[in-house]
Amino acid sequence: MISSDRHERRRMAMYGWMLLAPALIMLTTFAFLPTVSALWRSFFSRETSRNPSEFIGLENYTYLFQDPIFWQVATNNLIYAGVTIPVSIVIALSMALWANSKMQGRTFLRIAYFTPTMLPMIAAANLWLFFYTPDIGLIDSITGLFGAEPVNWLGQPETALWAIIVVTIWKEAGFYMIFYLAALQTIPPDLREAAIIEGASRWTYLRRIVLPLLMPTTLFVMINAMINSVKLIDHLFILTKGGPNNASKLLLYWIWETAFSYFDRPMAAALTVLVLAVLGLVAILQFRGLEGRIHYR
Amino acid sequence: MNVETTNASQGFLAGFFQEDGGLETIAAWLLAIVWISPLIFAAWASFHTASDALSFNLASPLTLVNYIEAWFDAPWIRYFFNTFALVTLILLGQFFFCTLAGYAFARFEFRGREVLFILVLMQLFILPEVLIVENYVIVSNLGLFDSILGIGVPYMASAFGIFLLRQAFKQVPKELEEAARIEGCGWLGILWRVYMPAARPTYLAYAMVSIATHWNNFLWPLVVTNSSDTRPLTVGLSLFAAPESGVSIVVISAATLMSIAPLLIAFLLFQRQFMQAFLRAGIR
Repeated sequence: MISSDRHERRRMAMYGWMLLAPALIMLTTFAFLPTVSALWRSFFSRETSRNPSEFIGLENYTYLFQDPIFWQVATNNLIYAGVTIPVSIVIALSMALWANSKMQGRTFLRIAYFTPTMLPMIAAANLWLFFYTPDIGLIDSITGLFGAEPVNWLGQPETALWAIIVVTIWKEAGFYMIFYLAALQTIPPDLREAAIIEGASRWTYLRRIVLPLLMPTTLFVMINAMINSVKLIDHLFILTKGGPNNASKLLLYWIWETAFSYFDRPMAAALTVLVLAVLGLVAILQFRGLEGRIHYR
Repeated sequence: MNVETTNASQGFLAGFFQEDGGLETIAAWLLAIVWISPLIFAAWASFHTASDALSFNLASPLTLVNYIEAWFDAPWIRYFFNTFALVTLILLGQFFFCTLAGYAFARFEFRGREVLFILVLMQLFILPEVLIVENYVIVSNLGLFDSILGIGVPYMASAFGIFLLRQAFKQVPKELEEAARIEGCGWLGILWRVYMPAARPTYLAYAMVSIATHWNNFLWPLVVTNSSDTRPLTVGLSLFAAPESGVSIVVISAATLMSIAPLLIAFLLFQRQFMQAFLRAGIR
Protein backbone atom coordinates (compact mmCIF):
# COMPACT_ATOMS: atom_id res chain seq x y z
CA MET A 1 0.00 0.00 0.00
CA ILE A 2 2.68 2.43 1.08
CA SER A 3 4.95 1.45 -1.76
CA SER A 4 2.16 1.92 -4.27
CA ASP A 5 1.54 5.34 -2.76
CA ARG A 6 5.15 6.27 -3.27
CA HIS A 7 5.01 4.81 -6.72
CA GLU A 8 1.99 7.00 -7.45
CA ARG A 9 3.80 10.10 -6.16
CA ARG A 10 6.79 9.40 -8.29
CA ARG A 11 4.58 8.98 -11.32
CA MET A 12 2.92 12.32 -10.55
CA ALA A 13 6.30 14.00 -10.33
CA MET A 14 7.38 12.50 -13.61
CA TYR A 15 4.20 13.64 -15.31
CA GLY A 16 4.60 17.12 -13.84
CA TRP A 17 8.11 17.48 -15.20
CA MET A 18 7.11 16.09 -18.55
CA LEU A 19 4.28 18.58 -18.88
CA LEU A 20 6.57 21.43 -17.89
CA ALA A 21 9.45 20.46 -20.12
CA PRO A 22 8.27 22.07 -23.40
CA ALA A 23 7.56 25.45 -21.79
CA LEU A 24 10.77 25.35 -19.77
CA ILE A 25 12.84 24.62 -22.87
CA MET A 26 11.22 27.59 -24.64
CA LEU A 27 11.61 29.93 -21.68
CA THR A 28 15.23 28.91 -21.29
CA THR A 29 15.98 29.44 -24.97
CA PHE A 30 14.31 32.82 -25.35
CA ALA A 31 14.47 34.38 -21.89
CA PHE A 32 17.00 32.91 -19.47
CA LEU A 33 19.72 31.98 -21.93
CA PRO A 34 19.67 35.38 -23.70
CA THR A 35 19.86 37.09 -20.32
CA VAL A 36 22.99 35.15 -19.42
CA SER A 37 24.50 35.59 -22.88
CA ALA A 38 23.86 39.36 -22.77
CA LEU A 39 25.77 39.51 -19.50
CA TRP A 40 28.58 37.40 -20.95
CA ARG A 41 28.76 39.39 -24.18
CA SER A 42 28.93 42.68 -22.30
CA PHE A 43 32.38 41.70 -20.94
CA PHE A 44 33.90 41.52 -24.41
CA SER A 45 35.12 44.13 -26.85
CA ARG A 46 33.56 44.73 -30.19
CA GLU A 47 34.81 42.60 -33.03
CA THR A 48 36.26 44.62 -35.89
CA SER A 49 37.91 43.62 -39.13
CA ARG A 50 41.31 44.13 -37.50
CA ASN A 51 40.77 43.00 -33.93
CA PRO A 52 38.91 39.94 -32.78
CA SER A 53 36.60 40.28 -29.80
CA GLU A 54 38.44 39.92 -26.50
CA PHE A 55 37.63 39.86 -22.81
CA ILE A 56 37.74 43.38 -21.37
CA GLY A 57 35.89 42.96 -18.08
CA LEU A 58 33.81 45.96 -17.10
CA GLU A 59 35.24 48.34 -19.70
CA ASN A 60 31.99 48.57 -21.66
CA TYR A 61 30.24 49.66 -18.51
CA THR A 62 32.85 52.22 -17.53
CA TYR A 63 32.72 53.57 -21.07
CA LEU A 64 28.95 53.86 -20.84
CA PHE A 65 29.06 55.64 -17.49
CA GLN A 66 31.49 58.16 -18.93
CA ASP A 67 29.42 58.69 -22.05
CA PRO A 68 27.33 61.86 -21.83
CA ILE A 69 24.84 60.38 -24.30
CA PHE A 70 24.18 57.53 -21.89
CA TRP A 71 23.31 59.97 -19.13
CA GLN A 72 21.15 61.96 -21.47
CA VAL A 73 19.23 58.89 -22.63
CA ALA A 74 18.87 57.64 -19.05
CA THR A 75 17.61 61.06 -17.95
CA ASN A 76 15.18 61.13 -20.88
CA ASN A 77 13.85 57.75 -19.85
CA LEU A 78 13.49 58.90 -16.24
CA ILE A 79 11.54 61.97 -17.34
CA TYR A 80 9.49 59.77 -19.66
CA ALA A 81 8.63 57.41 -16.80
CA GLY A 82 8.26 60.16 -14.22
CA VAL A 83 5.71 62.05 -16.31
CA THR A 84 3.81 59.30 -18.13
CA ILE A 85 3.22 57.15 -15.03
CA PRO A 86 1.51 59.66 -12.70
CA VAL A 87 -0.32 61.55 -15.46
CA SER A 88 -1.64 58.33 -17.03
CA ILE A 89 -2.80 57.15 -13.61
CA VAL A 90 -4.62 60.40 -12.79
CA ILE A 91 -6.31 60.48 -16.19
CA ALA A 92 -7.16 56.77 -16.02
CA LEU A 93 -8.74 57.27 -12.62
CA SER A 94 -10.89 60.19 -13.78
CA MET A 95 -11.89 58.21 -16.87
CA ALA A 96 -12.94 55.29 -14.70
CA LEU A 97 -14.92 57.48 -12.31
CA TRP A 98 -16.74 59.05 -15.23
CA ALA A 99 -17.32 55.81 -17.10
CA ASN A 100 -18.65 54.32 -13.88
CA SER A 101 -21.03 57.18 -13.02
CA LYS A 102 -24.62 57.42 -14.19
CA MET A 103 -23.69 59.77 -16.97
CA GLN A 104 -25.20 60.19 -20.41
CA GLY A 105 -23.43 58.08 -23.02
CA ARG A 106 -21.29 56.08 -20.62
CA THR A 107 -20.66 53.37 -23.19
CA PHE A 108 -19.44 55.86 -25.75
CA LEU A 109 -17.08 57.39 -23.21
CA ARG A 110 -15.65 54.00 -22.37
CA ILE A 111 -15.10 53.13 -26.01
CA ALA A 112 -13.57 56.52 -26.78
CA TYR A 113 -11.15 56.27 -23.87
CA PHE A 114 -10.15 52.70 -24.64
CA THR A 115 -9.80 52.91 -28.42
CA PRO A 116 -6.17 54.16 -28.50
CA THR A 117 -5.15 51.06 -26.54
CA MET A 118 -6.26 48.88 -29.43
CA LEU A 119 -4.10 50.63 -32.02
CA PRO A 120 -0.53 49.69 -32.87
CA MET A 121 1.87 52.33 -31.57
CA ILE A 122 3.13 52.79 -35.14
CA ALA A 123 -0.38 53.67 -36.30
CA ALA A 124 -0.84 55.99 -33.33
CA ALA A 125 2.37 57.80 -34.27
CA ASN A 126 1.08 58.26 -37.83
CA LEU A 127 -2.16 59.75 -36.53
CA TRP A 128 -0.26 62.18 -34.34
CA LEU A 129 1.91 63.32 -37.22
CA PHE A 130 -1.11 65.38 -38.26
CA PHE A 131 -0.99 67.25 -35.00
CA TYR A 132 2.72 67.75 -34.83
CA THR A 133 3.64 68.67 -38.39
CA PRO A 134 4.97 72.21 -38.23
CA ASP A 135 2.96 74.94 -39.89
CA ILE A 136 0.35 72.70 -41.50
CA GLY A 137 -0.26 70.43 -38.51
CA LEU A 138 -3.46 70.72 -36.51
CA ILE A 139 -1.84 72.16 -33.39
CA ASP A 140 -0.14 74.95 -35.27
CA SER A 141 -3.26 75.64 -37.28
CA ILE A 142 -5.24 76.11 -34.08
CA THR A 143 -2.62 78.15 -32.27
CA GLY A 144 -2.10 80.08 -35.51
CA LEU A 145 -5.68 81.30 -35.27
CA PHE A 146 -4.59 83.10 -32.11
CA GLY A 147 -1.57 84.48 -33.89
CA ALA A 148 1.00 82.10 -32.40
CA GLU A 149 4.13 81.27 -34.38
CA PRO A 150 4.34 77.75 -35.81
CA VAL A 151 6.34 75.41 -33.62
CA ASN A 152 8.39 72.47 -34.83
CA TRP A 153 7.19 70.19 -32.05
CA LEU A 154 9.17 67.14 -33.11
CA GLY A 155 12.17 68.98 -34.47
CA GLN A 156 13.39 70.93 -31.48
CA PRO A 157 15.11 69.50 -28.40
CA GLU A 158 12.86 71.35 -25.91
CA THR A 159 9.61 69.79 -27.13
CA ALA A 160 10.48 66.49 -28.86
CA LEU A 161 10.44 64.33 -25.73
CA TRP A 162 7.21 65.97 -24.55
CA ALA A 163 5.56 65.21 -27.87
CA ILE A 164 6.52 61.55 -27.37
CA ILE A 165 5.21 61.61 -23.79
CA VAL A 166 1.82 62.96 -24.87
CA VAL A 167 1.33 60.13 -27.38
CA THR A 168 2.24 57.54 -24.73
CA ILE A 169 -0.24 58.96 -22.21
CA TRP A 170 -2.92 59.09 -24.88
CA LYS A 171 -2.31 55.47 -25.74
CA GLU A 172 -2.06 54.01 -22.24
CA ALA A 173 -4.53 55.89 -20.01
CA GLY A 174 -7.54 54.03 -21.39
CA PHE A 175 -5.84 50.71 -20.77
CA TYR A 176 -5.30 51.52 -17.11
CA MET A 177 -8.86 52.81 -16.89
CA ILE A 178 -10.33 49.30 -17.18
CA PHE A 179 -8.49 48.13 -14.05
CA TYR A 180 -9.90 51.06 -12.10
CA LEU A 181 -13.34 50.41 -13.56
CA ALA A 182 -13.24 46.82 -12.38
CA ALA A 183 -12.05 47.87 -8.94
CA LEU A 184 -14.76 50.54 -8.65
CA GLN A 185 -17.42 47.97 -9.43
CA THR A 186 -16.36 45.86 -6.47
CA ILE A 187 -16.89 48.70 -3.97
CA PRO A 188 -20.10 47.92 -2.09
CA PRO A 189 -22.78 50.59 -2.67
CA ASP A 190 -23.73 50.74 1.02
CA LEU A 191 -20.39 52.39 1.76
CA ARG A 192 -21.55 55.23 -0.36
CA GLU A 193 -24.92 55.39 1.32
CA ALA A 194 -23.28 55.38 4.71
CA ALA A 195 -21.06 58.25 3.62
CA ILE A 196 -24.07 60.22 2.42
CA ILE A 197 -25.92 59.61 5.71
CA GLU A 198 -22.85 60.76 7.60
CA GLY A 199 -23.02 63.92 5.52
CA ALA A 200 -19.66 63.43 3.88
CA SER A 201 -19.05 65.37 0.68
CA ARG A 202 -18.23 63.45 -2.48
CA TRP A 203 -14.69 64.71 -2.23
CA THR A 204 -14.34 63.28 1.27
CA TYR A 205 -15.97 60.02 0.22
CA LEU A 206 -13.56 59.74 -2.68
CA ARG A 207 -10.47 60.64 -0.69
CA ARG A 208 -11.27 58.65 2.43
CA ILE A 209 -13.00 55.59 1.03
CA VAL A 210 -12.59 55.14 -2.73
CA LEU A 211 -8.92 56.03 -3.13
CA PRO A 212 -7.71 53.81 -0.26
CA LEU A 213 -9.76 50.93 -1.65
CA LEU A 214 -8.19 51.51 -5.05
CA MET A 215 -4.66 51.37 -3.65
CA PRO A 216 -3.90 47.79 -4.77
CA THR A 217 -5.14 48.67 -8.27
CA THR A 218 -2.96 51.75 -8.30
CA LEU A 219 0.04 49.65 -7.38
CA PHE A 220 -0.76 47.12 -10.09
CA VAL A 221 -1.20 49.85 -12.68
CA MET A 222 1.99 51.53 -11.55
CA ILE A 223 4.04 48.37 -12.07
CA ASN A 224 2.49 47.99 -15.52
CA ALA A 225 3.25 51.59 -16.34
CA MET A 226 6.86 51.20 -15.18
CA ILE A 227 7.32 48.24 -17.50
CA ASN A 228 5.70 50.20 -20.30
CA SER A 229 8.04 53.14 -19.82
CA VAL A 230 10.83 50.77 -20.82
CA LYS A 231 8.89 48.99 -23.54
CA LEU A 232 6.90 51.65 -25.35
CA ILE A 233 9.25 53.17 -27.89
CA ASP A 234 7.70 52.28 -31.25
CA HIS A 235 6.51 55.82 -31.91
CA LEU A 236 10.09 57.09 -31.83
CA PHE A 237 10.69 55.30 -35.13
CA ILE A 238 8.03 57.43 -36.80
CA LEU A 239 8.03 60.69 -34.90
CA THR A 240 11.58 61.64 -33.92
CA LYS A 241 14.03 58.74 -34.33
CA GLY A 242 15.33 59.77 -30.93
CA GLY A 243 16.34 63.18 -32.19
CA PRO A 244 16.95 66.00 -32.49
CA ASN A 245 20.39 65.53 -31.02
CA ASN A 246 19.31 62.63 -28.74
CA ALA A 247 16.73 64.86 -27.07
CA SER A 248 13.98 62.24 -27.26
CA LYS A 249 16.07 59.06 -27.27
CA LEU A 250 14.98 56.33 -24.85
CA LEU A 251 16.95 53.33 -23.61
CA LEU A 252 15.33 50.57 -25.63
CA TYR A 253 15.51 52.61 -28.83
CA TRP A 254 19.17 53.21 -28.11
CA ILE A 255 19.75 49.49 -27.60
CA TRP A 256 18.18 48.87 -30.99
CA GLU A 257 20.26 51.62 -32.59
CA THR A 258 23.52 50.46 -31.01
CA ALA A 259 22.97 46.89 -32.11
CA PHE A 260 21.40 47.30 -35.53
CA SER A 261 22.62 50.68 -36.80
CA TYR A 262 26.10 50.85 -35.28
CA PHE A 263 26.55 47.08 -35.00
CA ASP A 264 28.15 47.40 -31.60
CA ARG A 265 26.70 44.29 -30.03
CA PRO A 266 28.77 44.18 -26.83
CA MET A 267 27.76 47.73 -25.97
CA ALA A 268 24.13 46.93 -26.74
CA ALA A 269 24.49 43.89 -24.47
CA ALA A 270 25.83 46.05 -21.64
CA LEU A 271 22.83 48.37 -22.05
CA THR A 272 20.51 45.37 -22.09
CA VAL A 273 21.99 44.17 -18.79
CA LEU A 274 21.44 47.58 -17.22
CA VAL A 275 17.82 47.71 -18.36
CA LEU A 276 17.21 44.17 -17.10
CA ALA A 277 18.69 45.16 -13.74
CA VAL A 278 16.18 48.00 -13.48
CA LEU A 279 13.35 45.66 -14.44
CA GLY A 280 14.60 43.28 -11.76
CA LEU A 281 14.14 46.03 -9.18
CA VAL A 282 10.60 46.56 -10.43
CA ALA A 283 10.02 42.82 -10.10
CA ILE A 284 11.11 42.86 -6.47
CA LEU A 285 8.71 45.74 -5.89
CA GLN A 286 5.94 43.76 -7.52
CA PHE A 287 6.49 40.60 -5.52
CA ARG A 288 6.52 42.58 -2.32
CA GLY A 289 3.45 44.60 -3.17
CA LEU A 290 1.36 42.04 -4.96
CA GLU A 291 2.12 38.97 -2.89
CA GLY A 292 -1.37 39.00 -1.43
CA ARG A 293 -2.94 39.49 -4.81
CA ILE A 294 -1.15 36.63 -6.49
CA HIS A 295 -2.43 34.18 -3.89
CA TYR A 296 -6.02 35.16 -3.77
CA ARG A 297 -6.63 35.68 -7.49
CA MET B 1 -2.27 72.05 -26.28
CA ASN B 2 -2.15 68.55 -24.92
CA VAL B 3 -0.33 69.42 -21.79
CA GLU B 4 -3.06 71.96 -21.21
CA THR B 5 -5.68 69.30 -21.74
CA THR B 6 -4.05 67.23 -19.06
CA ASN B 7 -4.09 70.09 -16.63
CA ALA B 8 -7.66 70.85 -17.52
CA SER B 9 -8.72 67.30 -16.85
CA GLN B 10 -7.07 67.46 -13.46
CA GLY B 11 -8.94 70.69 -12.82
CA PHE B 12 -12.09 68.91 -13.81
CA LEU B 13 -11.17 66.13 -11.47
CA ALA B 14 -11.55 68.63 -8.66
CA GLY B 15 -14.84 69.74 -10.21
CA PHE B 16 -15.98 66.15 -10.21
CA PHE B 17 -16.49 66.07 -6.49
CA GLN B 18 -18.92 68.90 -6.39
CA GLU B 19 -22.52 67.89 -6.72
CA ASP B 20 -22.51 69.30 -10.19
CA GLY B 21 -23.31 66.59 -12.68
CA GLY B 22 -23.40 68.98 -15.63
CA LEU B 23 -19.87 70.24 -15.38
CA GLU B 24 -18.66 66.73 -14.94
CA THR B 25 -20.47 65.42 -17.99
CA ILE B 26 -19.00 68.21 -20.06
CA ALA B 27 -15.52 67.38 -18.82
CA ALA B 28 -15.96 63.67 -19.48
CA TRP B 29 -17.20 64.31 -23.00
CA LEU B 30 -14.48 66.83 -23.69
CA LEU B 31 -11.84 64.31 -22.71
CA ALA B 32 -13.50 61.65 -24.86
CA ILE B 33 -13.55 63.97 -27.86
CA VAL B 34 -9.90 64.88 -27.35
CA TRP B 35 -9.13 61.17 -27.04
CA ILE B 36 -10.68 60.10 -30.33
CA SER B 37 -9.84 63.24 -32.26
CA PRO B 38 -6.53 61.95 -33.70
CA LEU B 39 -8.34 58.96 -35.12
CA ILE B 40 -11.34 60.94 -36.37
CA PHE B 41 -9.19 63.60 -37.95
CA ALA B 42 -6.91 61.12 -39.69
CA ALA B 43 -9.97 59.26 -40.95
CA TRP B 44 -11.46 62.49 -42.29
CA ALA B 45 -8.18 63.52 -43.91
CA SER B 46 -7.68 60.15 -45.55
CA PHE B 47 -10.79 60.75 -47.68
CA HIS B 48 -9.63 64.14 -48.94
CA THR B 49 -6.89 65.42 -51.17
CA ALA B 50 -3.76 66.64 -49.43
CA SER B 51 -4.43 70.31 -50.11
CA ASP B 52 -8.05 70.07 -48.92
CA ALA B 53 -7.10 68.15 -45.80
CA LEU B 54 -4.31 70.49 -44.78
CA SER B 55 -6.38 73.60 -45.33
CA PHE B 56 -9.13 71.99 -43.21
CA ASN B 57 -11.63 72.62 -45.90
CA LEU B 58 -14.65 70.92 -44.36
CA ALA B 59 -16.78 71.39 -47.45
CA SER B 60 -14.34 69.67 -49.78
CA PRO B 61 -15.47 66.54 -51.64
CA LEU B 62 -14.71 63.01 -50.49
CA THR B 63 -12.28 60.99 -52.55
CA LEU B 64 -10.77 57.51 -52.48
CA VAL B 65 -7.59 58.68 -54.20
CA ASN B 66 -5.38 58.21 -51.13
CA TYR B 67 -6.62 54.69 -50.52
CA ILE B 68 -6.01 53.72 -54.11
CA GLU B 69 -2.52 55.18 -54.05
CA ALA B 70 -1.66 53.59 -50.71
CA TRP B 71 -3.04 50.24 -51.77
CA PHE B 72 -0.83 50.02 -54.84
CA ASP B 73 2.26 51.38 -53.15
CA ALA B 74 2.97 48.40 -50.92
CA PRO B 75 2.10 44.69 -50.78
CA TRP B 76 -0.64 45.11 -48.18
CA ILE B 77 -2.36 41.82 -48.88
CA ARG B 78 0.90 40.07 -48.16
CA TYR B 79 1.38 42.07 -44.94
CA PHE B 80 -2.15 41.27 -43.82
CA PHE B 81 -1.58 37.63 -44.51
CA ASN B 82 1.75 37.68 -42.60
CA THR B 83 0.19 39.35 -39.58
CA PHE B 84 -2.72 36.94 -39.68
CA ALA B 85 -0.40 33.93 -39.90
CA LEU B 86 1.77 35.37 -37.13
CA VAL B 87 -1.01 35.92 -34.58
CA THR B 88 -2.50 32.51 -35.35
CA LEU B 89 0.84 30.76 -34.97
CA ILE B 90 1.65 32.55 -31.71
CA LEU B 91 -1.77 31.78 -30.29
CA LEU B 92 -1.55 28.08 -31.13
CA GLY B 93 1.94 27.92 -29.64
CA GLN B 94 0.82 29.75 -26.51
CA PHE B 95 -2.17 27.45 -26.04
CA PHE B 96 0.05 24.41 -26.37
CA PHE B 97 2.95 25.41 -24.10
CA CYS B 98 0.94 27.31 -21.51
CA THR B 99 -1.78 24.66 -21.20
CA LEU B 100 0.71 21.90 -20.43
CA ALA B 101 2.73 24.01 -18.01
CA GLY B 102 -0.33 25.54 -16.34
CA TYR B 103 -1.76 22.06 -15.84
CA ALA B 104 1.49 20.85 -14.27
CA PHE B 105 1.59 23.78 -11.84
CA ALA B 106 -2.09 23.50 -10.95
CA ARG B 107 -2.51 19.78 -10.46
CA PHE B 108 0.81 18.00 -9.95
CA GLU B 109 2.77 17.81 -6.72
CA PHE B 110 6.48 17.43 -7.18
CA ARG B 111 9.72 18.61 -5.67
CA GLY B 112 10.99 21.88 -7.08
CA ARG B 113 7.57 23.04 -8.24
CA GLU B 114 7.59 26.28 -6.25
CA VAL B 115 11.10 27.18 -7.37
CA LEU B 116 10.18 26.54 -10.98
CA PHE B 117 7.07 28.64 -10.65
CA ILE B 118 9.04 31.59 -9.35
CA LEU B 119 11.50 31.09 -12.18
CA VAL B 120 8.63 31.21 -14.67
CA LEU B 121 7.23 34.36 -13.06
CA MET B 122 10.65 35.99 -13.43
CA GLN B 123 10.10 35.91 -17.15
CA LEU B 124 7.34 38.50 -16.71
CA PHE B 125 10.12 41.02 -16.24
CA ILE B 126 12.58 39.72 -18.77
CA LEU B 127 10.76 41.39 -21.62
CA PRO B 128 11.30 39.89 -25.05
CA GLU B 129 11.54 43.49 -26.28
CA VAL B 130 14.62 44.13 -24.17
CA LEU B 131 16.31 40.94 -25.37
CA ILE B 132 16.16 41.83 -29.06
CA VAL B 133 19.95 41.75 -29.46
CA GLU B 134 20.46 38.28 -28.02
CA ASN B 135 17.29 36.77 -29.41
CA TYR B 136 18.29 37.99 -32.85
CA VAL B 137 21.45 35.89 -32.54
CA ILE B 138 19.56 32.87 -31.20
CA VAL B 139 16.83 32.99 -33.82
CA SER B 140 19.42 33.42 -36.56
CA ASN B 141 21.38 30.45 -35.24
CA LEU B 142 18.24 28.36 -35.29
CA GLY B 143 17.87 29.25 -38.96
CA LEU B 144 14.62 31.10 -38.29
CA PHE B 145 15.71 34.61 -39.31
CA ASP B 146 13.17 36.28 -41.61
CA SER B 147 10.46 33.70 -41.04
CA ILE B 148 7.02 33.96 -39.45
CA LEU B 149 8.01 31.26 -36.98
CA GLY B 150 11.10 33.28 -36.07
CA ILE B 151 8.93 36.29 -35.16
CA GLY B 152 6.55 34.20 -33.09
CA VAL B 153 8.76 31.77 -31.29
CA PRO B 154 10.03 33.98 -28.40
CA TYR B 155 6.45 34.70 -27.34
CA MET B 156 5.06 31.18 -27.31
CA ALA B 157 5.95 30.10 -23.79
CA SER B 158 4.45 33.08 -22.06
CA ALA B 159 4.83 33.24 -18.29
CA PHE B 160 1.64 35.17 -18.11
CA GLY B 161 -0.29 32.58 -20.06
CA ILE B 162 1.05 29.87 -17.76
CA PHE B 163 0.04 31.88 -14.71
CA LEU B 164 -3.42 32.59 -16.07
CA LEU B 165 -4.19 29.00 -17.03
CA ARG B 166 -2.84 27.70 -13.75
CA GLN B 167 -5.32 29.96 -11.95
CA ALA B 168 -8.16 28.78 -14.19
CA PHE B 169 -7.32 25.10 -13.73
CA LYS B 170 -7.07 25.52 -9.98
CA GLN B 171 -10.67 26.65 -9.82
CA VAL B 172 -11.99 23.49 -11.42
CA PRO B 173 -13.70 21.32 -8.77
CA LYS B 174 -11.79 18.15 -7.97
CA GLU B 175 -14.98 16.09 -8.22
CA LEU B 176 -15.09 16.56 -11.98
CA GLU B 177 -11.61 15.14 -12.22
CA GLU B 178 -12.49 12.20 -9.97
CA ALA B 179 -15.52 11.38 -12.11
CA ALA B 180 -13.46 11.41 -15.28
CA ARG B 181 -10.84 9.20 -13.68
CA ILE B 182 -13.46 6.64 -12.64
CA GLU B 183 -14.53 6.56 -16.27
CA GLY B 184 -10.99 5.57 -17.12
CA CYS B 185 -9.46 8.80 -18.41
CA GLY B 186 -5.68 9.20 -18.22
CA TRP B 187 -3.95 12.46 -17.23
CA LEU B 188 -4.03 13.91 -20.70
CA GLY B 189 -7.60 12.76 -21.18
CA ILE B 190 -8.59 14.60 -18.01
CA LEU B 191 -6.85 17.73 -19.23
CA TRP B 192 -8.60 17.51 -22.59
CA ARG B 193 -12.07 16.54 -21.34
CA VAL B 194 -12.32 18.30 -18.00
CA TYR B 195 -9.86 21.14 -17.53
CA MET B 196 -9.68 22.71 -20.96
CA PRO B 197 -13.48 22.91 -21.43
CA ALA B 198 -13.84 24.37 -17.93
CA ALA B 199 -11.21 27.03 -18.66
CA ARG B 200 -12.85 28.12 -21.92
CA PRO B 201 -13.56 31.72 -20.80
CA THR B 202 -9.92 32.11 -19.80
CA TYR B 203 -8.77 30.79 -23.16
CA LEU B 204 -11.07 33.20 -24.93
CA ALA B 205 -9.87 36.20 -22.91
CA TYR B 206 -6.26 35.21 -23.38
CA ALA B 207 -6.80 34.76 -27.12
CA MET B 208 -8.26 38.24 -27.48
CA VAL B 209 -5.40 39.88 -25.62
CA SER B 210 -2.80 37.83 -27.43
CA ILE B 211 -4.22 38.65 -30.86
CA ALA B 212 -4.48 42.36 -30.07
CA THR B 213 -0.96 42.44 -28.65
CA HIS B 214 0.75 40.63 -31.49
CA TRP B 215 -1.27 42.30 -34.20
CA ASN B 216 0.23 45.52 -32.87
CA ASN B 217 3.74 44.35 -32.06
CA PHE B 218 6.53 46.11 -33.90
CA LEU B 219 10.07 46.21 -32.54
CA TRP B 220 10.93 42.51 -32.56
CA PRO B 221 9.35 41.86 -35.97
CA LEU B 222 11.33 44.84 -37.27
CA VAL B 223 14.56 43.28 -36.04
CA VAL B 224 13.94 39.77 -37.27
CA THR B 225 12.31 40.34 -40.67
CA ASN B 226 14.02 41.37 -43.84
CA SER B 227 11.60 40.90 -46.71
CA SER B 228 8.01 41.61 -47.62
CA ASP B 229 7.35 37.86 -47.53
CA THR B 230 7.49 37.85 -43.75
CA ARG B 231 6.93 41.47 -42.72
CA PRO B 232 3.83 42.00 -40.60
CA LEU B 233 1.54 45.00 -41.09
CA THR B 234 3.14 47.19 -38.44
CA VAL B 235 6.62 46.90 -39.98
CA GLY B 236 5.20 47.41 -43.47
CA LEU B 237 3.35 50.48 -42.27
CA SER B 238 6.46 51.92 -40.61
CA LEU B 239 8.47 51.58 -43.82
CA PHE B 240 5.63 53.13 -45.75
CA ALA B 241 5.31 56.06 -43.36
CA ALA B 242 9.01 56.69 -42.77
CA PRO B 243 9.75 60.41 -43.25
CA GLU B 244 12.35 59.62 -45.92
CA SER B 245 9.80 57.74 -48.03
CA GLY B 246 8.32 61.09 -49.04
CA VAL B 247 4.75 59.81 -49.09
CA SER B 248 2.07 62.44 -48.57
CA ILE B 249 0.60 62.52 -45.09
CA VAL B 250 -2.93 61.87 -46.32
CA VAL B 251 -1.78 58.72 -48.09
CA ILE B 252 -0.05 57.65 -44.87
CA SER B 253 -3.36 58.22 -43.10
CA ALA B 254 -5.18 56.05 -45.60
CA ALA B 255 -2.62 53.28 -45.14
CA THR B 256 -2.82 53.62 -41.36
CA LEU B 257 -6.60 53.44 -41.34
CA MET B 258 -6.46 50.45 -43.66
CA SER B 259 -4.12 48.53 -41.43
CA ILE B 260 -5.95 49.22 -38.19
CA ALA B 261 -9.43 48.67 -39.64
CA PRO B 262 -9.79 44.91 -38.97
CA LEU B 263 -8.82 45.09 -35.32
CA LEU B 264 -10.68 48.34 -34.77
CA ILE B 265 -13.91 46.97 -36.27
CA ALA B 266 -13.55 43.80 -34.22
CA PHE B 267 -13.08 45.94 -31.13
CA LEU B 268 -16.11 48.12 -31.83
CA LEU B 269 -18.28 45.04 -32.36
CA PHE B 270 -17.05 43.24 -29.25
CA GLN B 271 -15.86 46.13 -27.12
CA ARG B 272 -17.31 44.75 -23.90
CA GLN B 273 -15.68 41.36 -24.42
CA PHE B 274 -12.38 42.97 -25.35
CA MET B 275 -12.28 45.09 -22.22
CA GLN B 276 -13.27 42.09 -20.10
CA ALA B 277 -10.51 40.10 -21.76
CA PHE B 278 -7.87 42.75 -21.11
CA LEU B 279 -9.05 42.88 -17.56
CA ARG B 280 -8.81 39.14 -17.04
CA ALA B 281 -5.44 38.90 -18.68
CA GLY B 282 -4.17 42.09 -17.11
CA ILE B 283 -0.53 42.04 -18.09
CA ARG B 284 0.03 41.86 -21.81
